[in-house]
Amino acid sequence: MAKTVRILVAKPGLDGHDRGAKYIARALKDAGYEVIYTGIRQTPESIVVTAIQEDVDFVGLSLLSGAHNELFPKVVELLREKDASDIIVFGGGVIPTEDIPFLKEKGIEAVFTQGTPIKEITDFIEKRLEK
Amino acid sequence: MDLVDKVQSGSIRGIARTISLIENNSPQKEDIIDELYPHTGNAMVWGITGPPGAGKSTLVDCLIKRERKQGRRVAVIAIDPSSPHSGGAILGDRVRMQKHSTDEGVYIRSMASRGHLGGVSVATGDAVKILDAARYDTIIIETIGVGQTEVEIIELCDIVLLVLVPGMGDEIQAMKAGVMEVGDIFVINKKNRDGADRLKTEVEYVLGIKNALTGEEPNPVLLASSKLDEGIDELVEAIHDYLKKAQATGRFEEKRRVRIEKEVLKIFSSKVHELLNIHLNIENNLGEWISSILNGETAPYKLIKSKLNRFVKENEII
Repeated sequence: MAKTVRILVAKPGLDGHDRGAKYIARALKDAGYEVIYTGIRQTPESIVVTAIQEDVDFVGLSLLSGAHNELFPKVVELLREKDASDIIVFGGGVIPTEDIPFLKEKGIEAVFTQGTPIKEITDFIEKRLEK
Repeated sequence: MDLVDKVQSGSIRGIARTISLIENNSPQKEDIIDELYPHTGNAMVWGITGPPGAGKSTLVDCLIKRERKQGRRVAVIAIDPSSPHSGGAILGDRVRMQKHSTDEGVYIRSMASRGHLGGVSVATGDAVKILDAARYDTIIIETIGVGQTEVEIIELCDIVLLVLVPGMGDEIQAMKAGVMEVGDIFVINKKNRDGADRLKTEVEYVLGIKNALTGEEPNPVLLASSKLDEGIDELVEAIHDYLKKAQATGRFEEKRRVRIEKEVLKIFSSKVHELLNIHLNIENNLGEWISSILNGETAPYKLIKSKLNRFVKENEII
């Protein structure tokens, strides 16, 4: 039997705007993935513990407050510390284009800004699974 | 270190990986479970069931808090339905329990039902064994929101809490067979809502009829509000009381015996099925069988009996 892909959709930081995250969660469910949703205001520590407990393949981070440059890399760093660097991290939300190269350098493999068609995200997931 | 050692040493990654292997029905599954099996049987397994929106996840959150206060290690398996269309799922029970996520004495795992209809998933029973072998003291299974017939939870647990809320129907609902019969303890949640006391009375009345017949002690019916964290201490006390009494009267051992019996029969059926599938080459022959029924050569029972008889004779089984 084929492995079912599991994805954690998490909102680090203090903003409470979870429409985007919930939209992504539902779209990924409709694409056939098992999506674990944890709600708003999660610390990088709790996101990483959750990702490991749930044995996910991907973590999708959503942030609209502007703290992405601190919080996204922190998640990647903690995953490495916990010997879980095989879990792939991607992000989205309100992210200025000029911040994207920095985030990629820090190990966030893809960044999807507002208005990204959902197909682009599922294509990324499928391509990344082939590797 | 292999996965079995990792599970027993309590490695979270090891536990999580092993549960995924079971869920994905990996070929290693049977060996892993058999190897862990001698190390199981120590945990107390609690089942939490009830209709969608009854407050099961929030109640589990409260229960984790109480068990942790007593120094017990707690694992939770929270099940949500898979989409019948895409096979995907949104697993959102954790949202209510996330404050325990960084407590090292708590492990929470969300599971999708993956098409199984009993209120749990096929892998839930084996996941319990993994968590038991990883030395969690209390394992809590939260079922998907149930209707009237999803009662498989009784086969997995030492105690079942049925969570009900006021406003979901009258006494007739409480009288019906099915889910209403699986509870060892009944929790009337959202107790500050109108109708909570009346629901309690109705449930007690229905249980009274059952208990009068069986001569058993009445099941506890407790009012609680998991959101306001009220009535939870009394509930936890009732749970531990129930388990203690069940151990004293032998009911506990009897339940576990029945659980093993059901499991053995389930494995037996699936193995026999698998074996005969291969030997009778059903995949290739099925079309021909159907044709022979359609053109009147044989009938369904007759056909299967003759195939099985031939299998038995050819292999000199009798």
